[in-house]
Amino acid sequence: MSTIALYNDQGGAEAAVEAGRRTPPVPAELPLDSSALTLKNLKEMLESNKESLKLEAMKRVVGLISKGKNASELFPAVVKNVASKNIELKKLVYVYLVRYAEEQQDLALLSISTFQRALKDPNQFIRGSALRVLSSIRVPIIVPIMMLAIKEAAADLSPYVRKTSAHAIQKLYSLDPDQKEQLIEVIEKLLKDKSTLVAGSVVMSFEEVCPDRIDLIHKNYRKLCNLLVDVEEWGQVVIISMLTRYARTQFTSPWKEGATFDENHDKAFYDSDSEEKKDQTEAKPYIMDPDHRLLLRNTKPLLQSRNTAVVMCVAQLYWHLAPTQEVNIVTKSLVRLLRSHREVQYIVLQNIATMSIQRKLEILTNLANEANISTILREFQTYVKSQDKAFAAATIQAIGRCATNITDVTDTCLSGLVLLLSNRDETVVAESVVVIKKLLQTQPTQHSEIIKHMAKLFDNITVSMARASILWLMGEYCDRVPKIAPDVLRKMAKTFTAEEDIVKLQTVNLAAKLYLTNSKQTKLLTQYILNLGKYDQSYDIRDRTRFIRQLIVPNEKSGALNKYARRILLAPKPAPVLESSFKDRDRFQLGTLSHSLNTKAAGYQELSDWPAVAPDQSVRNVEVIEPSGSESEEESSEESEKTSSDSGKSSSGSEKSSSESESEPKKKKKTKKAPQKKSKPPAAFSDSDENGNGPVAQASSSSAESSSGSETDSEDSDPPATPQKKKKDVKSKPKAEVKSKVEVSLLDLVDFSPAPTNAPKSSVFSSSLLSDLEGLSLSNISSTIQVTTPSFGPVKTYELLHHMTGKGLSAKYHFPRQPCLYEPSMVAVQVILTNSSDHSLEEIHIGERSPAGLNIHCFNTIERLEPEASVTVSMGIDFSDSTQAANFQLCTKEDQFSVSIQPAVGELLMPSSMTEQDYSKEQGKLLGMNETSATITMATANTSRLAISKQVLSVCNVGEVPSSQNSVHRFAGRTVSSGALVLVCLELKESSTALLTINTEKSVMASMLLRDLKQPLVQA
Amino acid sequence: MIHSLFLINHAGDIFLEKHWKSVISRSVCDYFFEAKEKAVEPENVPPVLQTPHHYLISIYRDKLFFLSVVQTEVPPLFVIEFLHRVADTIQVLINDNVVTVYELLEEMLDNGFPLATESNVLKEMIRPPTILRSVVNTLTGSSNVGDKLPTGTTVFAEIQGVIEASVRLTGMPDLSMTFMNPSLLDDVSFHPCVRFKRWESERALSFIPPDGNFTLMNYHVSSQNLVTIPVYVKQNICFFETGPCGRLDITIGPKQTMGKTVEALMVTIHMPKAVLSANLTATQGNYTYDLATKVLVWDIGKLNPQKLPNLRGSLSLQSGAPKPEDNPSLNIDLKIQQVAISGLKVSRLEMNGEKYKPFKGVKYLTKAGNFQVRT
Repeated sequence: MSTIALYNDQGGAEAAVEAGRRTPPVPAELPLDSSALTLKNLKEMLESNKESLKLEAMKRVVGLISKGKNASELFPAVVKNVASKNIELKKLVYVYLVRYAEEQQDLALLSISTFQRALKDPNQFIRGSALRVLSSIRVPIIVPIMMLAIKEAAADLSPYVRKTSAHAIQKLYSLDPDQKEQLIEVIEKLLKDKSTLVAGSVVMSFEEVCPDRIDLIHKNYRKLCNLLVDVEEWGQVVIISMLTRYARTQFTSPWKEGATFDENHDKAFYDSDSEEKKDQTEAKPYIMDPDHRLLLRNTKPLLQSRNTAVVMCVAQLYWHLAPTQEVNIVTKSLVRLLRSHREVQYIVLQNIATMSIQRKLEILTNLANEANISTILREFQTYVKSQDKAFAAATIQAIGRCATNITDVTDTCLSGLVLLLSNRDETVVAESVVVIKKLLQTQPTQHSEIIKHMAKLFDNITVSMARASILWLMGEYCDRVPKIAPDVLRKMAKTFTAEEDIVKLQTVNLAAKLYLTNSKQTKLLTQYILNLGKYDQSYDIRDRTRFIRQLIVPNEKSGALNKYARRILLAPKPAPVLESSFKDRDRFQLGTLSHSLNTKAAGYQELSDWPAVAPDQSVRNVEVIEPSGSESEEESSEESEKTSSDSGKSSSGSEKSSSESESEPKKKKKTKKAPQKKSKPPAAFSDSDENGNGPVAQASSSSAESSSGSETDSEDSDPPATPQKKKKDVKSKPKAEVKSKVEVSLLDLVDFSPAPTNAPKSSVFSSSLLSDLEGLSLSNISSTIQVTTPSFGPVKTYELLHHMTGKGLSAKYHFPRQPCLYEPSMVAVQVILTNSSDHSLEEIHIGERSPAGLNIHCFNTIERLEPEASVTVSMGIDFSDSTQAANFQLCTKEDQFSVSIQPAVGELLMPSSMTEQDYSKEQGKLLGMNETSATITMATANTSRLAISKQVLSVCNVGEVPSSQNSVHRFAGRTVSSGALVLVCLELKESSTALLTINTEKSVMASMLLRDLKQPLVQA
Repeated sequence: MIHSLFLINHAGDIFLEKHWKSVISRSVCDYFFEAKEKAVEPENVPPVLQTPHHYLISIYRDKLFFLSVVQTEVPPLFVIEFLHRVADTIQVLINDNVVTVYELLEEMLDNGFPLATESNVLKEMIRPPTILRSVVNTLTGSSNVGDKLPTGTTVFAEIQGVIEASVRLTGMPDLSMTFMNPSLLDDVSFHPCVRFKRWESERALSFIPPDGNFTLMNYHVSSQNLVTIPVYVKQNICFFETGPCGRLDITIGPKQTMGKTVEALMVTIHMPKAVLSANLTATQGNYTYDLATKVLVWDIGKLNPQKLPNLRGSLSLQSGAPKPEDNPSLNIDLKIQQVAISGLKVSRLEMNGEKYKPFKGVKYLTKAGNFQVRT
């Protein structure tokens, strides 16, 4: 359209008007000088019948928006065009909608149905952009619609659409944080996605919505590491930052004293994994976790990325995670970044500065070492000649820093600086003198020549700072230049009155020092100077003079001080440290905005210290059946909300096949033929095989199989509104109370939308679907949907079997506090079996159990456990919400040991998340008999929110409920077996007392929990 | 991530604003203008600024400021790199149209997170790709050749090169490119399509190219490998102690050009402030002296080895001003076609995965990066 030069545009209105003038279709009678009329004109154009006119008008409207002009009054005219067939026009309308929907919420709703239809479009890009726009419309009333759209898109066949859904998660979260729990579920699901396109975006959502849910990462850690190289560059940055944080919580420090580091690892960089493993098994004081190594290895090639942010991110990862010896590999890449744009240099230099300061200049000495220092110095010499004197002065300071940091070149630097003393420019000389002064102070030996040289130059130097510095040097080293110093003093005595204050002060100092060392020659001179000082105009100088006189000239009044004069004045001074201003930046993670600004930016995530003991490594193991099991479990729970019609079913099938198809777009068709393959994760991830097939997993994989025949085509043919209605119906069942309000608005909307809503298809359920649904309702009762995995408290480990009684077999267990995979009513227990005997143990399994009806999910028999080896297995126990111990036998081939696991009452809970309102509502239902409370006196250290939640979480597995009052802390959970609600409330009162209340129908549990909770809160 | 973007021209007018989340008032730019005021030179504006509620991250490219607003922690390089991509894209695609820029920005970010930054992909979104069965690979070795001291020694020289590819192939061609002398390369960085492992193991570039023009690889040849400097400069600039004038005499000749012609030769000198005007004669090309910026530009063009270009004449100084202390440095710009001064040579380019026979070609070019002669 118009050819207005991009860079010269100044006023938006004129530009628009000008553009209007050039377009022929504009009615001729239109006055062109007022922008208000232009808007009116645009409205007419938008309402015309011609596509071309509309397009022209939209372009101008967007032009107005881009200039920040208000075009909101055109909203009704624009929104009518949202269903246009013209893609170009449609896009512009989208752009407009995103900008103004928030301001015109009622009108914006007119467009929603169009997007809902577009979400079903066969073209993935249209689906994607529909979701993008829908989720960008910041209108709270459509939150439920967005939620549905996100969930559906997360299961889309196209990775592009799934990526969009990951972005939409963040948008929805910022619009309505209450959706967090549901969104986390979607994130959890998307994290399992194997598409490189999705990985970066979903990690971004993770970082924004639930960065503390590090437990979601465990199972995906290795996959993320392996995908990393192929992820798009922006995603790489996000993933690497997240993994840096993750690694600092999961691995032990590679920097420990005496940690011998295996050099082979570096060489084995591109070698096979088997070799790697061999290295690991060798006994070493410090052995890097293979997962830690995996991360380092997979990020290294990214140092070669063209994207500076990626390179910087890998550099910071190495800086924070790699063994000290390996950090140096980032040097070259960082230097490469320095050839990039000015802004990049700025950031990179900041980071290099921090790196070099913290670890004793390892990097800087790489940049400036003996070999190239002469080059640098010569370069500096050129800079010194620069006409910008401030710059020259800065250069001299830099030389000074070089000289102190690299001892070998100090002499070179010093002589270079001395040369500068004869420079014609005063500032250069002054700066040199000051730097020399500092340098000589650090290395005072045999530099009398330089001092003499400086003394000679003294007469020519007029900058007072430099003169003062020389005088100070004279005084300090007057014993080395016994002849010259008195002479300088004599000259100074002559010009004393004309000097600046700072010079006068140093003259007085010099005089005093000389008096002490060489009183014969300088006594009179000193007295003369002191007399001059006595009548000086500046009180500073008068003060100093008086002080010095009392100090050095012995008389009856001055007592003991006199004796120490020499010691006071001639005490060896500590050398100054020449360092840059980047000293304290190391508290921030490198490469972050916070680091750059040296203040904590909003949303900055602290990098934790290395843990003293690494958390359980096995959490990252991806079991053979587990991913498909949990996926299907989740899928089925997803389905509970989503499906009872064919469309939902086909989408479950398509989602499965998508996991393969995205990596190789060409193979799309093949995937249909092999639906069973999908449930198996790639062999690379399957490290352990502890788990048997869960019944759920099998059921769902069969359902996927049966549905795979129907594939994608059916999806497209479905009427758009049908699945949504369905979803709504099913969804409202389990969460009726919570959701009721929102549901109403959703209903309204669907009615409101002018889109023709087809009647739902006849509800004939296939048998497989019914079984799906059964599975669903089950998981709903146990409320896995609302249950969140807890924030990580300290994990207590209990002894199950001592190696003395177990004839070498020892066992410990802990509660990982994760939802049990085998059955929702079970509590997950992780058992660590160790063979402390000198022979291998075979066939470790679980034997008889009591009470007889005890429902335990055993771990698979361990065929063989070598001496000194240990293995972690997980099992599930249904305690039926009682603390009665589960007794069973731990058997080996030869022996049987009776052991028992007695759970703490807090471990029988699962955290549940709810809003404050829901909490009070639920609490209202559990009063009277169901309420147990006690007043306790809190330890003072425990009164902060953080400390309280830490203490409570350490005792019981509950979730924190956001609270609007500072003094009230609420926690909610459900019992694992029966799903009964357990509400814990701690209300702080005056003088460190607090009211601890527990509401639950399980009154026995309540009293036990109360007792357990009291203890840590009352103690310290 | 990136919340909003403002494009600001040299005069300080905001001519485009785009918001990916809620709308942020353009008054937030006032903090930036304040910093710009303080910095005097546009190049000196700090790239990262903090305001009470936002963080401003900006770049300066082609007399335009790209100012982004972020609200939460984000790696600053992430934003800077992205802004440069935006700048690249706008440069490549747009000359006249703000609306298209706005639409492009809409496509490039979703919720502040980069969605599509490859100009090839973006082109696809604007118009369908042209299918041409041809490959043109351009190998450019632009050298950042060094500085000479008066004695004629090289202070420092290094070569930074870039391989730019122009690919128009249908289907999914899998290309691999090998070099005659890959050991020359000191440090490299790649386009994301290049497979790292193949490079590590056999020093071959293996990739499935995107359509259109893109930068395949950046490389660096360190100063350890002897860098030949293609031209020599004889210069004599002096200012007289007596009287407000000085003399200038510059001759440029070819040194090692491997039989190729040096083109687009240009000499730029930042004169001391005291130099008022220059009265010179050039045997070849034109010279201009900008009184305001004190920059002397001598545009020579092709270098003729038979008749060496010479510029000589007098400089007049401000009367009464002290004689400039040091002589100014000479910055030299040049190009040599059909030769990469690094000596890097493409050995072969092979295509797998498709049946047709592609057209292949390679073009070498040397450009002076930052070639300074110190006087």
